[in-house]
Amino acid sequence: MEELMAKKIVIHYAAENVDQPIIYELVKKHDLVVNILKARILPRRDGVIVLELSGSKENFDQGIRYLKEKGLRVEPLSKSVSQNTERCVHCGACTAFCPTQALSIDRETMKVSFNVEKCNGCEVCVTACPVRAMEVNLF
Amino acid sequence: MKKRRVKKTYAEINEKIRQGRVVVVTAEEMIDIVERHGEVEAARRVDVVTTGTFSPMCSSGAFINFGHTSPRIKAHRVWLNDVPAYAGLAAVDCYIGATEVIEGDPLNSVYPGEFNYGGGHVIEDLVAGNVIRLRAEGYGTDCYPARRFEKNITIHDLRDAFLFNPRNAYQNYSCAVNMSDKTIYTYMGMLRPRMGNANYATSGQLSPLFNDPYYRTIGVGTRIFLGGGEGFVAWPGTQHNPHVPRGPNGVPKSGAGTIAVIGDLKKMSPRWLVGASIQGYGVSLFVGIGVPIPILDEEMARFTAVKDEDIFTQVYDYSVDYPKGMVKSLGEVSYKELRSGEITIMGKKVPTAPLSSYYKAREIAYILKDWIEEGKFFLGEPQMRLPSGRGENND
Ligand code: SF4
Ligand code: SF4
Repeated sequence: MEELMAKKIVIHYAAENVDQPIIYELVKKHDLVVNILKARILPRRDGVIVLELSGSKENFDQGIRYLKEKGLRVEPLSKSVSQNTERCVHCGACTAFCPTQALSIDRETMKVSFNVEKCNGCEVCVTACPVRAMEVNLF
Repeated sequence: MKKRRVKKTYAEINEKIRQGRVVVVTAEEMIDIVERHGEVEAARRVDVVTTGTFSPMCSSGAFINFGHTSPRIKAHRVWLNDVPAYAGLAAVDCYIGATEVIEGDPLNSVYPGEFNYGGGHVIEDLVAGNVIRLRAEGYGTDCYPARRFEKNITIHDLRDAFLFNPRNAYQNYSCAVNMSDKTIYTYMGMLRPRMGNANYATSGQLSPLFNDPYYRTIGVGTRIFLGGGEGFVAWPGTQHNPHVPRGPNGVPKSGAGTIAVIGDLKKMSPRWLVGASIQGYGVSLFVGIGVPIPILDEEMARFTAVKDEDIFTQVYDYSVDYPKGMVKSLGEVSYKELRSGEITIMGKKVPTAPLSSYYKAREIAYILKDWIEEGKFFLGEPQMRLPSGRGENND
């Protein structure tokens, strides 16, 4: 059976790519379902767009390759989750719901730190952190 | 009563503070000192032990007087940034409660609700000096004719603003698990099914009331660190209950003492009063509290040397037992186990997560220590002790 997948990605646009019909191509040529989560084109016409792409693994990989060939910077969304260390009160509540242990407590200092390498971008922490210290930085 | 070998008074300790000779340590540091030197020698050396806690404390809020308007209004209903404040007081007085939710919030209709803004956030915005939309409605009287008043204000425009929290700093709190098959969202945070996690509150050995289990030095008039400023214990907190099972060290094994606290909101800081959004439950306010404990004698030295492994709490099921109001303990665990990140309940290893910040609690204990050492903060002698259940003469 074909392997299906869905993944959230962030595409960074430069001014020269703005005119390219990339969404159309992803749907038409690569047979992917595209769900636009957020988009912003900045005044200088560079910008960011956040998509959820789903389809077969093969199509997904080809779609990503297509974007990269077009000169777009593509990243998994998880890279964009960050801990606002000014805001975080180190309560530790997030360590209960983070599924990957990307958020963990140092037992000596009792400080809560965020390890972006372990984060899968599920965003559970974004609404579960009581002081809204976990942010998805798109733009 | 056993004869005490060390005896100090509040006046003596305050005199030492004045002269810059006072010896202050945190509740964590005290553990070591008593272990090394014994309680009598520790009581001779140390004058004050500082404690701290930083946790969402729902029973919190602030009294506000926004000053008379022209024409005058008898504010019958009041909103601050669209969060209703209780206005059943005199003309321009109101009380903004920490858990009041902004008007029009979807609450739990989209489950679990996000509860992005409420009274706790208004209080944080106030102390941060942010602009708040004040809205009031009156019904019009001969002396107070205005029916409407709206204005952008900051805390500096308010005539008076003081925090008055009817129940804070709970002496011990249960540890929550979920025995059901689905995730639940409680004031104790998100609980995964089948005891997937265990959440606990309180800062254990650093927590104020654990360090004075019979409230010998904590009562009406005790001066405290409150929200980054100075405050006082105003009264025994609501639900204060000293009559619970205690360990041989006097420390309650479940929720017991509480304090009502008061202090000038204008002198507090958004670092120590932080609005909280508790998913699926509601809004609240993180409150930072630190209580200085005078080492009047060797018993107080012993009390303040209490450590996490000697403080116990009960594990409760928040899926069925707690909502029904029929709590039965699933087991007893120590704060040492809780803070290690894993406990064992009914033979099962369960990861733990705190809701209260040990990190910030420790910071508070150090700040309070600095204040006292620098001669900026003096002890307030309690004018009335909290009921302790230990007999009339609570010495
Ligand atoms: S839940 Fe939020 S505030 Fe608490 S430790 Fe995690 S990121 Fe920090
Ligand atoms: S996004 Fe998910 S994996 Fe990443 S830190 Fe938040 S809860 Fe953990």
